[in-house]
Amino acid sequence: MDSQSQLPVYDYRAVKLFTVMAVVWGIVGMAVGVLLAAQLIWPVLNFDTPWLSFGRLRPLHTNAVIFAFGGCALMGSSFFVVQRTCQARLVGGPLIPFVFWGWQLVILLAAISLPMGYTTSKEYAELEWPIDILITLVWVAYAIVFFGTIMKRRMKHIYVANWFYGAFIITVAVLHIVNSLAVPVSLTKSYSIYAGAVDAMVQWWYGHNAVGFFLTAGFLGMMYYFVPKQAERPVYSYRLSIVHFWALVSVYIWAGPHHLHYTALPDWAQSLGMVMSLILLAPSWGGMINGIMTLSGAWHKLRTDPILRFLIVSLSFYGMSTFEGPMMSIKTVNSLSHYTDWTIGHVHSGALGWVAMISIGTIYHLIPVLFGKAKMYSIPAISLHFWLSTIGTVLYIASMWVNGIVQGLMWRAYNSDGSLTYSFAESVVASHPGYIVRFFGGSIFLFGMLVMAWNVWQTIRNGEDLAVAKSPAEVMA
Amino acid sequence: MSNFWSLWIILLTAISIALIVWLLFSNRKITVNKENKTTGHVYDGIEEYDNPLPSWWIKMFVISIVFAIGYLALYPGLGNYPGLLHWTSVGKWEKEVQQAELATESLYQGFMNKDVVALADDKKAMRLGKRIFANNCAICHGVNAEGSYGFPNLTDHDWLYGSEPEQIRMSITQGRNGAMPAWASILGNDGLESMSQYVSNLHTTGTDATSPAGKQFAMLCSACHGPEAKGNPLMGAPNLSDNIWLYGGDVGQIKQSIAAGRAGQMPAHHDKLSEEKIHLLTAYVYQLRQSSDANAK
Repeated sequence: MDSQSQLPVYDYRAVKLFTVMAVVWGIVGMAVGVLLAAQLIWPVLNFDTPWLSFGRLRPLHTNAVIFAFGGCALMGSSFFVVQRTCQARLVGGPLIPFVFWGWQLVILLAAISLPMGYTTSKEYAELEWPIDILITLVWVAYAIVFFGTIMKRRMKHIYVANWFYGAFIITVAVLHIVNSLAVPVSLTKSYSIYAGAVDAMVQWWYGHNAVGFFLTAGFLGMMYYFVPKQAERPVYSYRLSIVHFWALVSVYIWAGPHHLHYTALPDWAQSLGMVMSLILLAPSWGGMINGIMTLSGAWHKLRTDPILRFLIVSLSFYGMSTFEGPMMSIKTVNSLSHYTDWTIGHVHSGALGWVAMISIGTIYHLIPVLFGKAKMYSIPAISLHFWLSTIGTVLYIASMWVNGIVQGLMWRAYNSDGSLTYSFAESVVASHPGYIVRFFGGSIFLFGMLVMAWNVWQTIRNGEDLAVAKSPAEVMA
Repeated sequence: MSNFWSLWIILLTAISIALIVWLLFSNRKITVNKENKTTGHVYDGIEEYDNPLPSWWIKMFVISIVFAIGYLALYPGLGNYPGLLHWTSVGKWEKEVQQAELATESLYQGFMNKDVVALADDKKAMRLGKRIFANNCAICHGVNAEGSYGFPNLTDHDWLYGSEPEQIRMSITQGRNGAMPAWASILGNDGLESMSQYVSNLHTTGTDATSPAGKQFAMLCSACHGPEAKGNPLMGAPNLSDNIWLYGGDVGQIKQSIAAGRAGQMPAHHDKLSEEKIHLLTAYVYQLRQSSDANAK
């Protein structure tokens, strides 16, 4: 590229803030998760206090890890990737700090209002209407900055990472606005404009595509930049990225009804949700293939580079959970897995294994670049973090699989006289050992995050400065 | 669903699947072998190969689409089209329930010729009764039927609506609605205080029609709870002269019951359980009382 010689001066201020806050919110969100896991083993940890009770902290945990940790990682990395792959400085002026500070305000308001019990009761969309409006404003500003930068790009083509980031930004805007439509009755209370099965369907159209576009498309955007960059290898197949991108974004939007199998949702909607979820398997795996195969010819790097290990193992967990998801959407399987801990395990193989691990790899790549350091302060600490994350995730998933299948089988067991063999409380007792293993898995994962926080702090404070400048743009960092 | 929306769903589904098939097949083969050649684009140092789609991946993709089309032909999915199998979830549920009832019909029928008192001594009947209780009643009354706050203990001597077989059967079949009115506005603050003290001591001192609270009790409460505060099973008014409390026996809890009233509800089960099962359940609950009588002796 001819423009290589005179790169613009990139704007990394918001990227730095978002990246550091991703670490902070990751620790906060996961710490709440570990407390919740402990409450399920020792109910006394609810302390008879409403704002510390499981029911109120659970939405705080999900919002903190998805929108605070995941959101900061996505916003920060997208501002970084869009500039560097478009060779254009971020546009938007005051909108850029507004996106950062506005998003932090949303997180803060969530952290206050959810424990106080203000909730719309819609899963992953619990925040009340004034906060929803703030989210919309921040999101529109985010879209203007992102797409404005793309419009100012110096090259003809738009890099595949930006397709995924772009799809994530547009679709999340649509999902958030449609699902959050409500009639406010006071500053802190509103009612959804939808009723009954329609409300449930809109909610899970939103809920599943929050997974599809926030937690999948967004992080695939991250993957398409940081995997080839860290591996220093070309992306495996441009053609595969075209096919799986369009297939993924067009099929995901149909999959919501599989959250409502065997409910009041009409049969036709359940069937369509199921078959589209099955078609979704191949497009989902397209991203995994493209990421992992990018490493072909450079497999040896996995031995020495723990950052690359994070990125590649995250793709393995991504492949595993995007296989498990379509299988669980089959009605026969769902009749066993639904409402059990299997679902919780499935979510966390995506959340810990895929979302968190790819973000962690990205943060380890970004921190030295952003703060003008040669490398992370401690590479052995990254290796340690890698093993803590992997072991923690495996313990978490395995215990929830066991619990889920045990619960599903106990709930459906019946005697020859037609009565149920087990009471619900008996299945809770049977779940107790799994809860303990899950608590340890989650704690190990959280401990890894603390190791990362220390390493990030040391890198910024005491890291070896980048001696030889690679390009003016990188020095500007 | 109107024909318009049905057609809308069918078209949207068909077009979506067709577009995916087109997307896949138009990119299936690469005319010139460009393997391990890049596209020529460079983004921040990142290049892209233009390798062909893995053939196993294409096969997997095609299989999932073929399965989807087959499934949509057999099962309801395309709007109003019912599918070749005419399967519905309600139909499946009804069939399963019917099969289950058929399989257990004779088992439960066999206990109808024995009365409740005789069944209470029938070990096999009581095993079945215990399971019916565990599935339907334990959620409120507890696995051991010892009740909890607001839910009566079924193993003691204190029965709100009577412990005879027909009274128990009536409680299960038709349900019960306990209604204690709120007295705060009538008694006033001082009245509430003295009445709560008075009621909390009834199980030790008995009624005392000479004290001011006792006079008020006779006037306001005895119509339901009886002149000696022994309760009335016809209205489900609790006996206040024993030390068994449904909503707590300390003065504060009693005061709350008097001030704000209480509303207890036992749901009716005639729609949920067959006559035969209610018969067994009646015997099981009757036997709970009996066994506790035996324990008391």
